[in-house]
Amino acid sequence: MKALLIDFGSTYTKVSLFSLDPPGFIGASRAPTTVESGLEEGLEAALDSFSAEQLKGVVFKRACSSAAGGLRIVAVGLVPELTVKAAREAALGAGARILAAYAYTLNRDEIAEIEALQPDLLLLAGGTDGGDRKVILENAARISEAGLPVPVVVAGNKSASDDAVSILKGKVPRLVVTANVMPEVNRLQVEPCREAIRELYLSEITRAKGLDKVQQRVGLVMPTPLAVMKAGELCWKSLAEDVVIVDLGGATTDVHSYGDGSPRGGGRVVKGPPEPLIKRSVEGDLGMRVSLQSLLEVISPVELSKSLSFAVEPGELIAYAQKAAACRGFLPRGERERAFDGAIAAAAIREALRRHAGSLTETYTPEGRLWVQRGKDLTGTAVFIATGGALAYSEEPGSVIRAGLLVNDPLALTPRSPRLFLDRFYILAASGLIAESRPEAALVILKQSLLPLGGITD
Amino acid sequence: MLRNNKVVLGVIGADVHAVGNKILEMSLCEAGFEVINLGVMVSQEEFINAAVESAAGAIWVSSLYGHGEIDCRGLREKCREAGIGDILLYAGGNLVVGKRTFAEVENLYKEMGYDRVYPPGTLPEEAIAHLKEDLAI
Repeated sequence: MKALLIDFGSTYTKVSLFSLDPPGFIGASRAPTTVESGLEEGLEAALDSFSAEQLKGVVFKRACSSAAGGLRIVAVGLVPELTVKAAREAALGAGARILAAYAYTLNRDEIAEIEALQPDLLLLAGGTDGGDRKVILENAARISEAGLPVPVVVAGNKSASDDAVSILKGKVPRLVVTANVMPEVNRLQVEPCREAIRELYLSEITRAKGLDKVQQRVGLVMPTPLAVMKAGELCWKSLAEDVVIVDLGGATTDVHSYGDGSPRGGGRVVKGPPEPLIKRSVEGDLGMRVSLQSLLEVISPVELSKSLSFAVEPGELIAYAQKAAACRGFLPRGERERAFDGAIAAAAIREALRRHAGSLTETYTPEGRLWVQRGKDLTGTAVFIATGGALAYSEEPGSVIRAGLLVNDPLALTPRSPRLFLDRFYILAASGLIAESRPEAALVILKQSLLPLGGITD
Repeated sequence: MLRNNKVVLGVIGADVHAVGNKILEMSLCEAGFEVINLGVMVSQEEFINAAVESAAGAIWVSSLYGHGEIDCRGLREKCREAGIGDILLYAGGNLVVGKRTFAEVENLYKEMGYDRVYPPGTLPEEAIAHLKEDLAI
């Protein structure tokens, strides 16, 4: 018995072949993604590198996709720090890309903006249960008046959801009501909303994106980031230790953290909006290829050159970034370019972790000095998993990851001394696809792929 | 605007006195109110955000450490900006420093836009009775 697992990425279509009985990794291949022809061409090309013999006995096919922009969501809520933030967390946790998020009553310009963004789905939140009904109903009315051709998930004040449905019914292509993303102030409840988004993804969005043929053929079940998240969840639950995953892609850098992130030091007060147990963040300006130029705007070439062991003019790094961003499937050549690639990867990891993790600020009160913690404390992370092409094909993944975990801001609560692992076969997403139906097999295969790189000081 | 029996509760500013806050939460819950307790070190914005999202009927602000006058000033104005100008604002605790009579303190806070003001040692039941009256429950 074998499983064929496909990840339609924005650049490459990656195919992994697993044996299920006994569980094991057989092989993987990839070919450029073909969005224009409905993904099948690229899939065929990737499948060509397997022999007919190898493909015999495939009983299980599943696919995930981040091609054609992935799952693109617009989130609407009431207060930015409360229901807007909760809606964002729910969408990110469903593997989506957030195109924009809006607070308070939408105005005409914002409706026009949403229309122009052409999201795959609109998530409408607002009000705690029994709380504000006015704004979510006003927003429902504006969406309905504009007749936005977008499926809507309503996940706001339960006492307003029936009315929201009557307003929106028949005016939008699909309407799903689910539990409030923030039933009480500062309490997140993102699971039902994640499920509702996933259901819509299966039933509506793949069809709207013209992916229904692929869907029928290989079972396109979720956006890729969700598959990665499921794989991480499996590790987290089986290890019973806090896990952080960094997925360093060409266009974005995703970070997933598993654990409650409660303070690991005394004398702290936790402030700010609540954080989900399984938190995902997406950095659209940090990527190894497509987003390389925006990365250089965040981390200056001068800063980058400091981490290299030889002298480099900023101009050379800028030229390298242009070259790498311009051609699809670019691979660094020679020692100098590989060093650039490594330094950029480390910088992207560091910055993505800093944004994902919580932070401490010092405050003075009449009681003395106190630390205020905002966000998750990840300093106690036990297991750090790195994935992504740039690392899987790197010659020295260990030193790149270690450099990425260097702490240059002691007040950023990033992982301090985790055990490091590399997803060497690049199959985190593939194993996430079988994590629900065959968790034991998925775990065995994951462990085959996860190459231990030692600790932070090795 | 339609308001409900939810109360946003918290200790304002850099104040970390947590005990009275818990007692108020328990007393309000027992009296049948739904409490949104933001705990200690709560900023004005946090009080307002919670009240907007939950359409609360009242905000109860505690201040024990003497800096209340600075911390509490401007809350009413910000509520007006946020569209909840008519919300009930109660304040209680050691609201000022220096020797001032409670009547002076009460006047000061009422000028700042607070509906009810309480000195140290007030029993929760007293304020709860006022809240029921003000919300016409």
